[in-house]
Amino acid sequence: MEQPEDIATSFRLPEPTAQQERVELVPSGTPIFDVKNVSIYYSSFKAVADVSLSIYQNEITAFIGSSGSGKTTVLRAFNRMNDLVAGARVEGEIYYRGEPLYGKDVSAIAVRRRIGMVFQKPNPFPKSIYDNVAYGPRVNGERNRGKLDEIVERSLRGAALWDEVKNRLKMSGLSLSGGQAQRLCIARTIAVEPDVVLMDEPASALDPIATGAIEDLMRELKSQYTIVIVTHNMQQATRVSDRTAFFSVLVNPESDTRTGTLVEYDRTAKLFEDPRDDRTKAYVTGRMG
Amino acid sequence: MAIATEQPAVDLREPAGWRRTKNRIATAAMVLSFVVVIIPLGFVLYTVIAKGASAIGWSFLTSQIPENLSPLGTGGIGPAVSGTLEITALATVMAVPLGVLGAIYLNEYGGNRPLARLIGFMADVMTGVPSIVMGLFIFSIWVLHFGFSGLAGAFALACLMLPVVIRSSDEMLKLVPNSLREGSYALGATKARVTATVVLPAALPGIVSGALLAVARAAGETAPLLFTILTVTSVNANVFSGPNTSLPSQIFSNATQPYPGAQARGWGAALTLIAIAFILMIAARIVTARFTRYSR
Repeated sequence: MEQPEDIATSFRLPEPTAQQERVELVPSGTPIFDVKNVSIYYSSFKAVADVSLSIYQNEITAFIGSSGSGKTTVLRAFNRMNDLVAGARVEGEIYYRGEPLYGKDVSAIAVRRRIGMVFQKPNPFPKSIYDNVAYGPRVNGERNRGKLDEIVERSLRGAALWDEVKNRLKMSGLSLSGGQAQRLCIARTIAVEPDVVLMDEPASALDPIATGAIEDLMRELKSQYTIVIVTHNMQQATRVSDRTAFFSVLVNPESDTRTGTLVEYDRTAKLFEDPRDDRTKAYVTGRMG
Repeated sequence: MAIATEQPAVDLREPAGWRRTKNRIATAAMVLSFVVVIIPLGFVLYTVIAKGASAIGWSFLTSQIPENLSPLGTGGIGPAVSGTLEITALATVMAVPLGVLGAIYLNEYGGNRPLARLIGFMADVMTGVPSIVMGLFIFSIWVLHFGFSGLAGAFALACLMLPVVIRSSDEMLKLVPNSLREGSYALGATKARVTATVVLPAALPGIVSGALLAVARAAGETAPLLFTILTVTSVNANVFSGPNTSLPSQIFSNATQPYPGAQARGWGAALTLIAIAFILMIAARIVTARFTRYSR
């Protein structure tokens, strides 16, 4: 991390309170991710500045905040999806189970096999429902038809989709409704039995009933997986998450650039009922953003 | 109903004036354009069928090419049919895989690298090279050393097809949504796997259509074959050596003859060529329909 003072002085907003200290106060289970002073750049543009937090095992952690506050950028850093964006660069350290995620010998492919991702817009492949779910296991080298059948059924059951599609596994994944397609994408993600599931606004394109189904599903998946979810919906964060991180935008008046940063990170109930930071309070009570 | 009584009158009709006029002008322009486009096409088809249909028959499609002054009914265009099918197939086998691989490099791997930009630029330049120049090019680098052959003709046609295949495949690969690539990457797929199992299948229908247009265009080319295969009057089954012939070459040669029999055979050859292109289009539709089962 370079020049942290520079950021603090160049923005007009009050200096963010020490997040590291805050994290220490949170009783911790097993940390899955340790994020230490991470800044993320797209070429010369600084998208996220100085984020530090820990994500804990078998918990749902929600990232909330207004657009441009860097929630998704940080989420995508967890499985190195930002590698796919030309010019993207991560500074600082992200440890995954104690291993530096951006270490020299770390393969992004190996990382993504353990850390899956569900996207904002359902993106089933133009293949059959079966082949969509079997895609990940096949990538991992599973060729045995019987085993694949078993994995497909288990994953679709896990995503609460089995009963709706069991008689049409050969149909196109694109024939499903939005909510079903998103559950198919979740089934596809859990078919490779990942350690962590990252969800980038998984319900933002869905109606309330489909959203409810996805949220129920997340609560069930929590026992087996660690989940990090980005959401614009604060009710959703309070409904499903154990911890919440609030991100906000810092505007640099000199260069007119906007940089996201972590403002507050705490247990969800605490963050919503008794936030420490005024910006968090303004946001969660609806007076801002 | 009671609520209807006090409502002020609303006029939901299209208001008269400039907007309605614009609508009429645009509609008329579109109909006119359609007619302008369809007239020559219909006229070409009508003429070719009217003048060529009487020649068509199994023996016409398979017999050797007779003397120019022999009347219609003796001989046929067998060598030209077999030559066109062989040479076009060979050119397709050379140009389509290479072109599709080139497009995959440009779109998936090359990014903004100088090599990728150079290849893209050269493909554009190559599209503009006149077909006869391609024929002369192959003549000077191949025919002068190894003689006339169907293979040389196929090289020339492949040179013509290559940039078209690269550009059309490139456009189709660009249309594949990035969200599909990301979905695949997020499951731990390598770039090669993402390309082979997600990107390529999604783009395949468009790639096949583009390749087919290139094939149909190449099958109708005369100029690149003039210097590479010559013409023959009997079937040369060996596409790799010795002069050969093709439907376009035969049409060209017959059209310049004063004999009615030769001219009628030329019309028959023209109809045959159109029919081959038509059959190719239908075949490609069937093939792509099989691959696009899951695309909607």
